[in-house]
Amino acid sequence: MQTATTHAPGHAHGDAHAHHEPGFWQKYIFSTDHKMIGIQYGITSLLFLFFGFMLMLAMRYQLAHPGQPIPFVGGLMEKSLGEDMAKGGVMQADLYNAFGAMHGTIMVFLAIVPLLFGAFGNYVTPLQIGAPDMAFPRLNMASYHLFFWGGAVMLSSFFIPGGAAKSGWTSYSPLATMADSNFINGQTLWLVGMVLLITSSLLGAVNFIATIIQLRAKGMTWMRLPFFVWAQFVTAFLLLLAFPPLEAAGLMQLADNVLKTSFFLPTGLVVNGSQPDISGGGSPLLWQHLFWFLAHPEVYVLILPAMGIVAEIIANNTRKPLWGYKSLVYAVLSIGFLAFIVWAHHMYLTGMGTKIATFFQTTTMMISIPSVIILTALFISLWGGSIRFNTPMLFALSFLPMFGIGGLTGLPLGFNASDIYLHDSYYVIGHFHYVVAPGTIFGIFAGIYFWFPKATGRMMNETLGKLHWFGSLVCMNGIFMPMFIQGLRGMSRRMYDGGATYFGSGVGADPGILRLNNAITAAAIGLAVFQLPFIFNFFWSIWNGKKTESDNPWDATTLDWQTPTPPPHGNFAIEPVAHRGPYEYSVPGAKKDFTPQGQAS
Amino acid sequence: MSESTHSAAADGHDHGHDLASHKKVYWAVGIALLVGTVVTVLAREWEFHSVALTIAVALFIASIKAFLVAGYFMHLISEKKTVYLTLVTTAVFFVGMVGLILWSDGDLPRDSAKKTHYVP
Amino acid sequence: MEIPYTVKPRPDTGLYNAKVGIWLFLASEVMLFGAFFSAYILLRVGAPEGFWPDVATGWPHGLLNIPIGTFNTAVLIASSVTVVMAWAALKENNFPKFQKFMVFTVACALGFLTIKTFEYNEKFTHYVIRLKDGSAVTGHLNIDGHSPRFWTLKDVEEKKLEALKVEVDVPNKFRFPVGMKMPEAVHEAHKAGKHHEEKEFKVADIASLKAFVPSTATFFAIYFTMTFLHGLHVLAGALVLGYFAFLGRKFWQQHPEQFTNRIEVAGLFWHFVDLVWIFLFPVVYLL
Repeated sequence: MQTATTHAPGHAHGDAHAHHEPGFWQKYIFSTDHKMIGIQYGITSLLFLFFGFMLMLAMRYQLAHPGQPIPFVGGLMEKSLGEDMAKGGVMQADLYNAFGAMHGTIMVFLAIVPLLFGAFGNYVTPLQIGAPDMAFPRLNMASYHLFFWGGAVMLSSFFIPGGAAKSGWTSYSPLATMADSNFINGQTLWLVGMVLLITSSLLGAVNFIATIIQLRAKGMTWMRLPFFVWAQFVTAFLLLLAFPPLEAAGLMQLADNVLKTSFFLPTGLVVNGSQPDISGGGSPLLWQHLFWFLAHPEVYVLILPAMGIVAEIIANNTRKPLWGYKSLVYAVLSIGFLAFIVWAHHMYLTGMGTKIATFFQTTTMMISIPSVIILTALFISLWGGSIRFNTPMLFALSFLPMFGIGGLTGLPLGFNASDIYLHDSYYVIGHFHYVVAPGTIFGIFAGIYFWFPKATGRMMNETLGKLHWFGSLVCMNGIFMPMFIQGLRGMSRRMYDGGATYFGSGVGADPGILRLNNAITAAAIGLAVFQLPFIFNFFWSIWNGKKTESDNPWDATTLDWQTPTPPPHGNFAIEPVAHRGPYEYSVPGAKKDFTPQGQAS
Repeated sequence: MSESTHSAAADGHDHGHDLASHKKVYWAVGIALLVGTVVTVLAREWEFHSVALTIAVALFIASIKAFLVAGYFMHLISEKKTVYLTLVTTAVFFVGMVGLILWSDGDLPRDSAKKTHYVP
Repeated sequence: MEIPYTVKPRPDTGLYNAKVGIWLFLASEVMLFGAFFSAYILLRVGAPEGFWPDVATGWPHGLLNIPIGTFNTAVLIASSVTVVMAWAALKENNFPKFQKFMVFTVACALGFLTIKTFEYNEKFTHYVIRLKDGSAVTGHLNIDGHSPRFWTLKDVEEKKLEALKVEVDVPNKFRFPVGMKMPEAVHEAHKAGKHHEEKEFKVADIASLKAFVPSTATFFAIYFTMTFLHGLHVLAGALVLGYFAFLGRKFWQQHPEQFTNRIEVAGLFWHFVDLVWIFLFPVVYLL
């Protein structure tokens, strides 16, 4: 190991490296520095988040006003996507399905995971463990590029004949293979994109786990790690072991689409009244098993890093250690383990026998326990704290009840019996959006406001931040709460006319349920409006935000705040040593109300 | 995680006589693998009348060969706790994935109906 | 700060970074091939038994060339031995010996792929021909002395052929599902030592013509997909090992310990590729 030396930041040392500044391409496009890669991931995925949001707005307009031209963008849609997709600016059924499938795919794989894992994970993890970079910097760069080009392939699918994938983000066979008769179609590009994205995540997972195991600073034992790092560690294991079966399934579905194999196409399949020229003998259920084997752990990939961010911010803004650190660690490890054996609760309606359904129901109920333990520990952490209600803390605080709603509404879905009614209804959409929108996305916003000063040396504006927070909280509830009502009333998901066929007239007529569509859409538009202060704040503060007076404006204890601002290449001027736990706030007898982790007594 | 003390220099240096005996082991394992391959192919001629037994024999021989490759060529027999933990975790989820998928393929409602007593 | 533990192992884990990395990657590969094996089992359990002679009506047996598959297995095993001997040679500071063993390993890898290519070609020129009377035969086509690939009935009609010469297979005993008696004619052919019989069919009598390609039956789909994916891994390994063998001298001279670690890591990947084949061969070829 190198002995500690003080030296000017920005110099590489060790081998006989020429001490030259990297050029533009090396520094910004092909960087191997985890902080630059984190920012690359952050910017790219925020753009994807925005795009996925736009897709949703267009869909919501169609649901509230079926058959009406979409305002402002209708003409653009028709020009760029073709008349059969958006004739007269009106969203056709195929386009609605394409937007729906791509909204889900983009949000999950191109926005949330790259933000939480790629952006925050990359930027913060090496700093918090006291490492100079990730274990494999060039692999890190490869991960980012695979993500970027995978996303590009996916977006390009909108513009080919037949349009983007339109068989749901779940891409069930045989529909996924039969929906589009063009040889190169959106579904094929979706699969190619997925293979690239999966490879990106796999390489990233290898990097994260190796880094956390091998590059922890001296004194940084496992039980001294910030909870954020534990969350990223478990997330990385979920990605490492759960993604490959989907990669296998994706390759098989690609073969079905391109080579006309029948991995997932059953014998006797009839499409539009005729039998396609396939060998048959395949199993649609096989796709579902392999897909959900990934997709269930994937939802824990979506929530665990967000919980990690929220935990850091709560500890910091209550000026108290987190309550129940050990239970948090054991809970997150339990979630990591159980996540792999609950997946078929997404498949209760596929004709499962009672024994296997009971197994999955039991494991699903079990996994709610560690989730509740984590939430409870975070709630109890507030008790007796000196709470600072800044913007990151507001997002972190509201995360707790919102995730609570999301989690509790998952219980009727986890029970086989009640899921028979609720499966594929708007109740499901309400449930999972509560977990990812005011859940995960609030964690992301909290993290942006929190770590912005470390990356830029400036604070984001508090007033705009609070406005962003309040409006988002109200509007998100306005969007997703009514969906529970719609779902309980029996409204199915993925219907491009907003349910008008079933609830518009006749025996099941329920104009009230349809009116809720309008209320939801209004809230969605409101949500869009309240993101404007955030977008403005983000860019304006990079150049004009209030400069931080110190490297540690939040008076935080973790090692990421003990670096210069922004941290230089190599992160730490002197090799850091962890002398204490991660949350030593308000230690009795200490001079200040926080004691940094790197500070010797 | 693993707290086993291990001198940092040990892995870097080779111990002359140790390497020679390791090399002998590699050749021996190589021969064993070739023999195992021949045995597997020949076993096919020996017709077992039970499908389960056929599969069991084939997988048993393959597992022995796999153990030899993993244990000696990949040095797993003397590997560190971190690697073992990773592999054991993977093995658990591998078995879980294959086992649960096959179980759900076998457990269908028509089988359950026979055992449930309906009260009309 | 330099990234620590790239060469020397970390004291508490006893491992250097790349070793942790490769084992993690191999764990993910176990799950990848595991998913394919699950697919194989599910598809096979769900399929009716393959019925001679129409190999595409269910799960066929006896279609793959065992001697060639066995030879390929031996080739991979040999390469596994030589790659670990190459690493041992580096530990002894013997670079020329290392190179010799590496070249042999790469040669084995390329040999494996070449043999695989021949196997694939043999499949692409092999057909299942269904006749309008409901019967079927399998065999290679004989079009003026050569054996075409990927033909369908359309190709036959385009060539305006009226009769099709086929080298009809005499099936081995494994082609018959368990419990079915082998027809007398097949017994006689075996006694005479024949593997094919040349027959001619009227094109008008043929209902369909399909080569042994992935779309012909799920057996072929999973066989080609798994062996192709495995083959890709063989190719990738060969490229990496070849790079170290032929272009590694300079790095070895400057950083011998780090180079040795890289060979160990590449060797681990190579052994994994061998491991997959150890399971793939009996499952797909023998069972």
